[in-house]
Amino acid sequence: MGAIQPKVSEPVSDELALVEAAKAGDVSAFEELVRRYDRNVFRIAQHITQNREDAEDVVQDAFFKAYSNLKQFQGQSKFYTWLVRIAVNEALMKLRRRRPERTVSLDEEVKTEDDSVPREVADWTPNPEQQYSQAELRDILDRTIHGLPATFRTVFVLRDVEGLSTEETAEALDLSIPAVKSRLLRARLQLRERLNKFFQRRERVNGSQKPSSGDGNQ
Amino acid sequence: MKCADFLHELTDYLDGVMDAGTKAELEEHLAWCHNCYVVADTTKKTIEIYRDSKLYELPENLRTRLRTAIVAKCQSRKKSGSEGAPS
Ligand SMILES: [Zn+2]
Repeated sequence: MGAIQPKVSEPVSDELALVEAAKAGDVSAFEELVRRYDRNVFRIAQHITQNREDAEDVVQDAFFKAYSNLKQFQGQSKFYTWLVRIAVNEALMKLRRRRPERTVSLDEEVKTEDDSVPREVADWTPNPEQQYSQAELRDILDRTIHGLPATFRTVFVLRDVEGLSTEETAEALDLSIPAVKSRLLRARLQLRERLNKFFQRRERVNGSQKPSSGDGNQ
Repeated sequence: MKCADFLHELTDYLDGVMDAGTKAELEEHLAWCHNCYVVADTTKKTIEIYRDSKLYELPENLRTRLRTAIVAKCQSRKKSGSEGAPS
C-alpha cells in the first residue's frame, strides 16, 4: 500500500513580489492573491463554521484583515500559511459567537479512546464513492465531518483537504507538532469509522463469501 | 509489533514520512494482520475521498461577489490613508 500522494502546490516564486506590491498599496496585486486563495479560505471557513453565511463573512473579513495587516507579514512563512492562520481565527470567532454555550478552542483536550484498535473491521467496496450520486456523496461527507469536534475537523481540513504540511498546520493553528499529529490520527480514524456504514462491502449471499456474521455478539 | 503500535504509526505511514526500517516493520505487520490492513486501506480511502470531493466549492458568482467586496474595502482603506499606502 503506497503513501497517499501529496498535493502538488503551485509555484510561489512570484508571490512575494505580489505581497510587496500590495504592501506598497497596489490593490490589484492583492486581488491576485485573493484569486489564488479564496477557494481555499472558503472551504476552510465552511468546514469550521459549518454555516454558509458565516463562511462568506470569514472570506471577506480574513482577506481584509490580511490586507490591513500586510506590514506584519515578514515573509518568514508562506503567505498562504499566514492567511490561513487569520482565516482560522476569524472562523473560530464566528463559531464561538454562534455557539456560546460550548467553548471552542483548538487546544482543548478532547477525550476519546484514541488508542483503541478498531474491532470487527469490515472492508469497503472497491470504489465506495461511486455507489452514490454526487449530491448524496456530498451530503454523506458533510454530515460525517460535522460530527467531529472542531479541533479535529480543522486539523483534518488543513492537512488532508488543503494539503498543508504538519509544520504549516502547527504554525497556522498554534499547536505543537505532536498535537497536530495526534489530532490528525484521531480525525482520520473517526471519519473512517463513521463512513463505514455507507461504504462497507455488502456481502453477496451467492458469492463465495459467507453472509455477514454480523455485528452482534456470538 | 502489536496492532496498537501499528495504529500509532498510521499517520506517518500514510504520509510516507518514516525511515525505511520502521516502514518495513509496519509492512510486515500488514502482511499478516488483515484488520490493520483494512484500517490502513480504508483510512487512506477516507482521505482521498475527502480530498477529491467537491465539498464546499465556491460558486463562481459568489466568488466574484466576495472578491468585488474585498477589493472595494481595500480600496477605501487605501484612500482613507490609514495604512497600506506607501510611506
Ligand atoms: Zn494489526
